Amino acid sequence: MAHRKIRNAADLAAFREEILAGRKGIRSRVLICMTGCRALGAAELSRAFSAKIREAGLDGEIAVVETGCIGQCSRAPLVLIEPQDYLYGNVKPKDVDEIVETTLRAGKPVERLCDVAAGSPADTGGAAGKTGGSGSRSGSGSKNGQRTCTASQVGFYKNQRRDVLASCGRIDPKKIEEAVAVGSYLAAAKALQDMSPEEVIEEVKAAGLRGRGGAGFPTGVKWGFCRRAAGEVKYLICNADEGDPGAFMDRAVLEGTPHQVIEGMIIAAYAIGAAAGYIYVRAEYPIAVEHINLAIAEARSCGLLGEDILGSGFGFDIEVRMGAGAFVCGEETALIASLEGRRGMPRPRPPFPANSGFRGKPTNINNVETLANVPGIILNGRKKYGSVGTEGSKGTKIFALAGKVRHTGLVEVPMGATLRQIVFSIGGGVQKDKAFKAAQMGGPSGGCVPADYLDLPIDYDSVKQIGAIMGSGGLIVMDEETCMVDVARFFLEFTQKESCGKCVPCRVGTRHMVDILTRICNGEGREGDIEELEDLAQAVQKSSLCGLGQTAPNPVLTTIRYFRDEYEAHIKERRCPAGVCKALITYTIDKETCIACGRCRKVCPVDVISGEKKVPHEIDTAGCIRCGNCRDVCPVDAVKVS
Amino acid sequence: MEDFAERAVDLDRVDGILEETRASHGSRKSRPIGPDDLIPLLQRIQDAYGYLPYPVLERVNERTSIPLSRMFGVITFYAQFYTEPHGRHTIRCCQGTACHVKGGKRIAETIANHLKVEEGGTTDDMRFTFETVACLGTCFLAPVIMVDDDYYGQLTPDRIERILEKYD
Repeated sequence: MAHRKIRNAADLAAFREEILAGRKGIRSRVLICMTGCRALGAAELSRAFSAKIREAGLDGEIAVVETGCIGQCSRAPLVLIEPQDYLYGNVKPKDVDEIVETTLRAGKPVERLCDVAAGSPADTGGAAGKTGGSGSRSGSGSKNGQRTCTASQVGFYKNQRRDVLASCGRIDPKKIEEAVAVGSYLAAAKALQDMSPEEVIEEVKAAGLRGRGGAGFPTGVKWGFCRRAAGEVKYLICNADEGDPGAFMDRAVLEGTPHQVIEGMIIAAYAIGAAAGYIYVRAEYPIAVEHINLAIAEARSCGLLGEDILGSGFGFDIEVRMGAGAFVCGEETALIASLEGRRGMPRPRPPFPANSGFRGKPTNINNVETLANVPGIILNGRKKYGSVGTEGSKGTKIFALAGKVRHTGLVEVPMGATLRQIVFSIGGGVQKDKAFKAAQMGGPSGGCVPADYLDLPIDYDSVKQIGAIMGSGGLIVMDEETCMVDVARFFLEFTQKESCGKCVPCRVGTRHMVDILTRICNGEGREGDIEELEDLAQAVQKSSLCGLGQTAPNPVLTTIRYFRDEYEAHIKERRCPAGVCKALITYTIDKETCIACGRCRKVCPVDVISGEKKVPHEIDTAGCIRCGNCRDVCPVDAVKVS
Repeated sequence: MEDFAERAVDLDRVDGILEETRASHGSRKSRPIGPDDLIPLLQRIQDAYGYLPYPVLERVNERTSIPLSRMFGVITFYAQFYTEPHGRHTIRCCQGTACHVKGGKRIAETIANHLKVEEGGTTDDMRFTFETVACLGTCFLAPVIMVDDDYYGQLTPDRIERILEKYD
């Protein structure tokens, strides 16, 4: 690909003018999410749009744009129409004709594809009642059945503040022109031409940006350490090894706005004085790898990476490295070991990477989201950035909202927003009107936050106080049917498996904890198990070498702290209140409710369901393996767990 | 080890891969392959051969002087490297948090029962290798699996058979 060289800010401005001028004839853009939504047929949809628009002779005035994540993943595949800002969900190729005729020709919304208010007043009321809270309204403001078509009015978006994600889902991430059109590289030009590295660091420090990877260390301070470290050669690493189960913010940012990350890296590299940068990204993210590689190649071809960027004399280039499936590599010293082609094991600090990191040189490591925040700070200034958020945590935070919530997806809110706002106003509440039980924050290093804290303003410090961590931003909603002991075991199994084995507390301690949790879930819990778990947790926390071990007990400690009664029910009464732990439950079919449809009989893998047409079905509990398939397929909820 | 050696492996390909790796150092001038390049190099080899055949690793050792012990240290540390051939298709069943609370374990059990393989195993006809992964980062699709590069989300156990039928 050959691009014009952009040698200075004037060239950049001219390039931008040209791109915008080239769009003059385009009166409407059809944006189709081609990342997450691809799993649900977005590619076919895009082809259908292109074909139809060509056929209708509209290709000169309407552009079909394949974008990154638009956000409201639960309604995938999503289509957003500019300039009206109509957002359509669950769009099928057969809907394309109608969208072209009604919206693109006549400018009217296709209502049946628009968002329905998150829930009727009745069902949200129920959810609120069960959480013990009040006022957990759906937030979208519209009555049951009413449709909201404008994206900014949809409850999911109305309550967000999309600063970092402003162009995610609005541009084609595979074209640098799209990024430049929305202002990419303006901040890099400003930093490189008008600011000294020290001024850049000062600006980021004063803005109050803290590391979004989880620990929340002030980014500007970290840059300052690396800048001041002795040595000519320095490295910048972007940590995109997003390994937390339940987190996908970094994936979405890399896929949707890769140039924003590259620009953040250029500015960071300039600030610390690095000529080489690496992006360490998970191999499980093929689309992110593809997009970031394309974006780097385009930026290089424009002269925005390489020697003498924007005429500043500063040179910098980026190489992408893929992870090979080791969670611990998200830890910075392990990541460096992995980049150096070694087993990804952490080492004690100090020396910190800022002094001795990659190849023994001063190295600065920032997370994807942190770097994506940087251009905005440089462009709009510390004041504007600092006006959002709480006293100690500035700006916004992106959350990956998933689990048993109505609207899963990518959510950005100001620091200090409450869980209630995120789960109920934005997420539309718990699925199927079940009661909200807890939100798991921060993945395997975090904890479960119970309903009592729904109104706690979330920032780095407040979350820490209640035993969880902000983490990278995974937020999994759990309902009454989630067993908290099982969740604790799930996370411990994960950290146990991912423990690199270098230090004893983590290697052996997590193993012991898993054993205890497993026996509790199997109905073999003993008196004193809870106390032993707490003891072990403390030891592992205090004596592990790296963050993986130090935070591994958090899910256990928070579940014991807030859901001790569930542990006790398992141990003392051999009962799983949520109906999850297989050894402690039985499935039965309620004869009154059963309509004898035979579906459960068909899906039973061990054929222990008997019954015929018009004869209520029955489960032979002796042979039942408690897989729950029958309960999933039952159309009338006749399968009961006790 | 004898097992690997007996399989016929095209060693010319690895020379090409070494060349490619050397050339991939971005705009930075081409430098010789060192231990730093080990992981990307192994990834390329695995992409080309489907796994990491022992004779190929020996060849890498001859050409780059990266010790075999170092290679094996790395290969056994990272979950994504394997020294045995994989099936023609790889099923990755997500076991992340969102999938876990939405029944991901049952999806895994269904696949294992259906294919009669254990987690990490390959079917006798080499059609599928079945793996579980910690998280695919597509939590909104939970429970989700990937077959090769295709995602299948919001799964129920009864859909598994139909999905796997598509791959042979």
